[in-house]
Order: sequence, then C-alpha cells, then structure tokens
Amino acid sequence: MTNNEQLNNSPGAGTVLEAERPQVMLRARGITKSFGHITVLRGVNLNVNLGERVILLGPNGAGKSTLMRILAMLARPTAGSIEIAGIPSDEARASIRSLIGVISHLTYLYEDLTARENLHFYGKVYGLAGTELENRVEELLVKVGLERRAGQRVRYFSRGMQQRLSLARAILHQPPILLLDEPDTGLDRQAAEMLGQVITEPDDQGQPRTVLMTTHNLERGLALSNRVVVLSAGRIVREVSAANLAADEVQSWYYEAIRR
Amino acid sequence: MARIAKPDRQIETGATRDQTVLKPYFRVAWQVFLKDIRTELRTKEIFSSMSVFSLLVVMVFVFALPGKLKEAGDVAPGLLWIAFTFAGVLGLNRSFINEKDRGSLEGLLLAPTERSAIFYGKALGNFTFIIVVELLLAPIFSLLFNFSVLRVELLPVLLLGTIGFAEIGTLFAAMAVNTRAREVLLPVLFFPIMLPVIIAASQSTAAILTNRPFEEISSALGLMFFFDLIFLVVPAMLFELVLEE
Repeated sequence: MTNNEQLNNSPGAGTVLEAERPQVMLRARGITKSFGHITVLRGVNLNVNLGERVILLGPNGAGKSTLMRILAMLARPTAGSIEIAGIPSDEARASIRSLIGVISHLTYLYEDLTARENLHFYGKVYGLAGTELENRVEELLVKVGLERRAGQRVRYFSRGMQQRLSLARAILHQPPILLLDEPDTGLDRQAAEMLGQVITEPDDQGQPRTVLMTTHNLERGLALSNRVVVLSAGRIVREVSAANLAADEVQSWYYEAIRR
Repeated sequence: MARIAKPDRQIETGATRDQTVLKPYFRVAWQVFLKDIRTELRTKEIFSSMSVFSLLVVMVFVFALPGKLKEAGDVAPGLLWIAFTFAGVLGLNRSFINEKDRGSLEGLLLAPTERSAIFYGKALGNFTFIIVVELLLAPIFSLLFNFSVLRVELLPVLLLGTIGFAEIGTLFAAMAVNTRAREVLLPVLFFPIMLPVIIAASQSTAAILTNRPFEEISSALGLMFFFDLIFLVVPAMLFELVLEE
C-alpha cells in the first residue's frame, strides 16, 4: 500500500493528498500569537517529520497549549503559517482537519451520552458509517478497556476513564497525525501504558504515526519520543534527539534552557 | 511532494466512505442536530427550563394585568410573543454554554468540514426546542387568558417567527459564548436585531386573531421571510470567524 493510499484512508480526508506523503507532516513557520498586549508565541518554527514522535516540554505559560491549538486549527496565529502534510492550512482548512487526531485537557466528550454513543457521534462526524463504524467503535472500546462500561453515560466515568475514551475518540478516524496535549492527565499506570502503545504502534495500515505531544511526565515522554523540543516564553529554546537521553540528563539542561 | 486537491474535489471525495449520507457538510449538521435532540431527550435540561419559565412569564402577565383581560385580543399577541422570546433566550443561552463548559465545543470545531455546519445543526435543534415549547404554551395561554390563540392560520407566523428566532439567536449565542458575561450579553446583542421579527410576528398574530384580511399581514410576513433568509445565509460566511480564536 502506498503512502497516499494510507492517507486516503482517513475518513473525510478523501484525496486531500493526491501524491506521496510528504517528509514533513507538520510545519510551523514563524508562528506568533498575541492575546491583546500579551504575546504568547514569538515566531515559533517547528517541523515534525513523517513517523516522528516529538515531545514538547516547557514550563506553565510557555505557550505549549496555544501552539497545539494553532496546529489543530482551533486558533489562528497572529502571524506565521502552518502546513499539515504539506498542505497550507489556509487552503484546505476544513478537509485537512481529518488528518489530525487531538487530545487536550478537555476530553471533548458528551457527559450525557454513553461511551459508545460518543464514539458513534464522532465517527459519523468523520464520515464513518455502517458496519465499519460499528466494528471500529467496538474495537476501540476493547483497546481502551471500556467495553464493559460502553453503555454507561460518560458523566459517571472517572477522569482517567474519560481520558481513555478521549484517546479512542482521537484515533477513531485513523488520523496519520496525533496532537496530544498532556494526554496522560489522570491516567493510571495501566492506562498510561496503553497510551504509549497507541502512540508507538503503527496505524492500521502499518504506517508510523506522526506525533507531537506535551507532557509534564519527563520519563514517560522521553520513552515515547524521538526528539525533545523545549519551549520557553513563546520561543523554542532547545531541540535535541531523544535517543539514549536519560530524564536526569534532560532535567539538568531543561532548567538551564528555560531560565535563559 | 503532496499536491493540493481542488476544493470541490475534496468535498466530493470526502464522503467516499459514507455513500448513504449526504456530503460531509450536511452530515455534520445533521449529526449535531441528532446529538442535541438525543441529549435533550435524556436530560430535559433546556426544555424544562424553557417551558417552566414561559409558564411563569404568562402567570406574571395574568396577575399583573387583571384589568386588561377583558380586552385580551389587544394584548394577547404581544404577551404571547414576549413569553416565547424570554423562554427562547433561556434555551439559546444553554445550547452553546453547555458545549463550552463541558469542553465538547472544540471537539465539534475539529470536524472536517466548514464550521457553519455546526451552526445549522444547532439552529435546527434550537428551532425544534422552541417550537415544541410554543406549541405547549399556546393552549395554556388560551386557558389562562380565556382567549383562544389556537388557530391553524397562525402556523405560518409561528414558523417564520421561530425560524428567525432560532437563526439569529443561535448566531448570537455562539458570539456570546466566548465572553465572560455571556448570559447577559446574549439578550443585549440579540433583542435589537430580533426586534423587527418580534414586532412583525406580534402584529401578524393580532391581525389573524381579530380576523383581519390577509393583505394586512402580508408585509409583516414578507419582513419575517426576508430576515429568515438573511440569517440563513449570513452564518455561512461568519460562523468560522465567530467561533475561532
């Protein structure tokens, strides 16, 4: 199966991409974001390559979540541009959203719908239907360990259970790109392992997922990533390969980097 | 390198997995509507607050205007539309606040289609909630005022007025939801724009209830139709900007 065929298997994406999958799946160029007089991001440049898993570190207020929201097209940058899978976001804004799966602090779930109904709703929004939708929902409920609670309303779920369901929601449409903003919030050890498995495993077509993730759990983040990017005061202050990096080692230069 | 597909082709091919349903735009709008109805049937949160509030408004009128009840034909249409309007605002407020507070609004914004599809789904849901409350309130109103407003000729007025109400209200509810004083801001933004529709609806209702000829209400119906049409089109251009930071 070609890369293009795999991309086309993102429901709703259709043939947004008509040729080879590009080497750079996420590209941010000179991203600046201001809220009134407060500038949160200051000319951020970031590339995430095909199949790469990048962990974005930074102190509170560094602009991590704002950057993730801009990449997810939930917010517009004040200046700068983004490309998703080689497509400028301004040119096919609606269609390329189907190439992305997002997890944030918010679960995006409906409390008064059951777990199964939530996945059915989002599946239909992304263009899945019929037995394909049924099978995909049941498969994911098993994957995130919620098959026995599938008929229960989400309002009765713990935070960790909601986060697991949110993970299922994010990968429901088999997106080639995952944007995960502190996805391990509220997860127990078992669920965190399951999250790691989802991030590192190839997708349904055997292709590696492209992942950009923020987390405050340095050890877990390092274990899952290929590259570490540090954001501080709205700027990228350090980028380094995560291969053979120990958490202690990262911590020493991380604090130095964000103090500058 | 990737090439960018033509926009029309994206829409066409975007539905390749879902041949039984319309294109992604209508599919998303329809799913948002169905989800809102399902959630409301389960919680009855919007419906109960709207119906109880509208009933209370009518009760206030009954006690506040005892001397006027003998001339109910003069005041009833206006009171009826005031009750509909107050109750409707309550429901409109909840439609986006619930999504925002529970964190599901952003999930909708990630849908792979134009964001105005969310507007049309929400507006259809709001229209359904408001019209159901209106149909329930009308007989109670007739009973309390001893003046029947149950006339089949009123249906076009009710439909045109409520469609405008749902369209304009849904747009302004979405504008207000990202502000701090959102529950106060909605009526402040909404009523001045909605006023021509409310006046036209009240006048048409009065004319029908007093058996005046159709010619007297045709201009009012035309005005409501014009408003409905404008606010059917405007959100398609504005809604993306309204909801995005």
